[in-house]
Amino acid sequence: MPLVALDCRFETLPGPLPMQRATVTREQWRAAPAAVAEVGGRLVSLWGSDRRGLDGGFAVSAAYALAEGLAWLSLPIADAAQPSYPDIARAFPAAGRMQRACRDLLGLVAEDAVDQRPWLRHGAWPEDYFPLRREHGGLESFAATPESYPFVRVEGDGVHEIAVGPVHAGIIEPGHFRFAVVGERVLRLEQHLGYTHKGIEKLFESTAPLDGHRLAGRVSGDSTVAYAWAYCMALESIAACRISPRASWLRALLLERERVANHLGDLGALGNDAALGFGLAQFSRLKEDWLRLNRELFGHRFMMDRVVPGGVDVDLDAAGGEGIRRQCDAIEAEVRTLKEIYEGHGGLQDRFLTTGRVSPQLAGQLGLCGMAGRASGEASDLRMDFPWVPYDELQATMASHRNGDVAARVTVRFEEIFESLRLIREIVARLPQGTPLVALNPLPANGIGAGWIEGWRGDVLVTMELEAGAIRRCHCHDPSWQNWPLLEHAVMDNIVPDFPLINKSFNLSYSGQDL
Amino acid sequence: MWHILKQIVKNGLRTEPAPQGNDDWRVERAEPERIRAELLAILGRALTIRLVDAGSCNGCELELNALTNPYYNIEGLGIKFVASPRHADMLMVTGPVSRHMVVALQRTWQAMPAPKLVVAVGDCGCTGGLFGESYASCGKVANVIPVDVAIPGCPPPPLDLLRGILTAIRSRK
Ligand code: SF4
Repeated sequence: MPLVALDCRFETLPGPLPMQRATVTREQWRAAPAAVAEVGGRLVSLWGSDRRGLDGGFAVSAAYALAEGLAWLSLPIADAAQPSYPDIARAFPAAGRMQRACRDLLGLVAEDAVDQRPWLRHGAWPEDYFPLRREHGGLESFAATPESYPFVRVEGDGVHEIAVGPVHAGIIEPGHFRFAVVGERVLRLEQHLGYTHKGIEKLFESTAPLDGHRLAGRVSGDSTVAYAWAYCMALESIAACRISPRASWLRALLLERERVANHLGDLGALGNDAALGFGLAQFSRLKEDWLRLNRELFGHRFMMDRVVPGGVDVDLDAAGGEGIRRQCDAIEAEVRTLKEIYEGHGGLQDRFLTTGRVSPQLAGQLGLCGMAGRASGEASDLRMDFPWVPYDELQATMASHRNGDVAARVTVRFEEIFESLRLIREIVARLPQGTPLVALNPLPANGIGAGWIEGWRGDVLVTMELEAGAIRRCHCHDPSWQNWPLLEHAVMDNIVPDFPLINKSFNLSYSGQDL
Repeated sequence: MWHILKQIVKNGLRTEPAPQGNDDWRVERAEPERIRAELLAILGRALTIRLVDAGSCNGCELELNALTNPYYNIEGLGIKFVASPRHADMLMVTGPVSRHMVVALQRTWQAMPAPKLVVAVGDCGCTGGLFGESYASCGKVANVIPVDVAIPGCPPPPLDLLRGILTAIRSRK
């Protein structure tokens, strides 16, 4: 590990992906961002935990992605009365909102952080109530004291504000967008999220470890397979349980089907947002066919609760495999035709090209990740970077572009559909024999584990700590945390009517980041 | 152009005469037509729906979006999702109601004209689902605004959503 420069002792977390954890000192915590940035690493997540009663006060954790794998650094905070830790948002701006959330939920303060405004707390609970602290059960309820959020004001000749949300015009999740515009041109966008915060991380504390995959699978419904897999991976890593090869292959089958379903839906919506209703009709029909086969073979259109601790609770017979193969062929032919139509459609290309651009330089600086990152030159995808079973045998190729505009994200989505269809056919053809579900080893009373999965939007991380057989802390990280701030940049200098199009090209999760 | 015209003239009219009716084949009026007629009889117009996600995991939104695909063709039935609550006969609400969405949900409901039908969507909307009530969640939709129909499922598939919508309409017969 290049982090060896920090001279901290890493402990390997058992699991299919390389993941290590170390307890660090304040100096090491402070030095880590520069050391990580120097070797081209990125911040995956930042979160806090209440460790009073275990080994002292609180702790703040940061997970970094390095070429060697995931490095999880945990900094103990002894001062339980005024817990604080050194800010890392100057080096990794994506940490900013996570640090603010960490304060809202636990009362841990990032010292000297530039932005100290609340993020997930809007006034539904008091400023001095920190739900993730051990003394609170989480069932308390308070009279709401609505607080007005101090948006950054843009002033100047002809500048006016457009406030949108939390209720948006379509069938989408809630959030608030504050545009500062001159005429049609967007000068600045500021987001205010947290509206769907429903206390998921607190709920984990009262959830049985063997049931938690259901809750994790509802952090962001469109990524239910990715979350359930990451959760199960964390649990299996604590239990030192090896799932069967067949289970891993079936999990990958579900994960790739989830990826295709989301890309199909979004490609249709992108056509529609650029006034090509035909695209929506065509792609939504394909997506419906796709979901119906999920339902037929796996009993659920979105495959919720199919990935379970110890494996999967579905199986695939020869007839099912044949059905999948035939569907992949049919969908591939249709998507190729539609791709040609999209690419040859002047009006559509006019809207897609150069719209909502995130340059590779900005993407690197601010840590754009996942599918959107790959459209802006950030070549990272866990399936290729750390190919675990079955990706180690599938040799998936990464879609990667540099233009960073809506058109590039559309191209990446098309390419990922074709690659996932290929992977799905491979998986079905080479599915190993065996049982899809093994009994989990008895869980040790105490343990620490992590699961890391490339969902359709980007990498999902679940970290877990068990104490006395119960979940002490389970943190779920959505890639939307990193990408929402980039959306603010992507719309600058575009016209207001292009915002829905740009937004859809990312299609970030509100629920996933609100928790 | 000349080639096209020549081709048309050469081929002439190929349409075959329509067959005679066969009374044995008569079935009940097709379901879509019946639904349309029912909407007209009860509301006197097409049905407009406003959706509010009050804290869902976005799974229910996936199915509400699926309901608008060509297979279900709800606009053909006279059912339409609209952007403004002021244009809406029905409010569909997904998710447990997060405490942060209470005000927005209440305001949306207040802005609607009568009959203000409310349909709670999904296990979360029906009971609070896995999320229940807590410092952050008010639980089921009925804890915040009056609900006419609650559609179970996690998430409810499109046909169940359609059934729920029709049930709510009929409740106002
Ligand atoms: S009912 Fe299920 S799908 Fe719908 S919001 Fe709740 S958890 Fe998500």
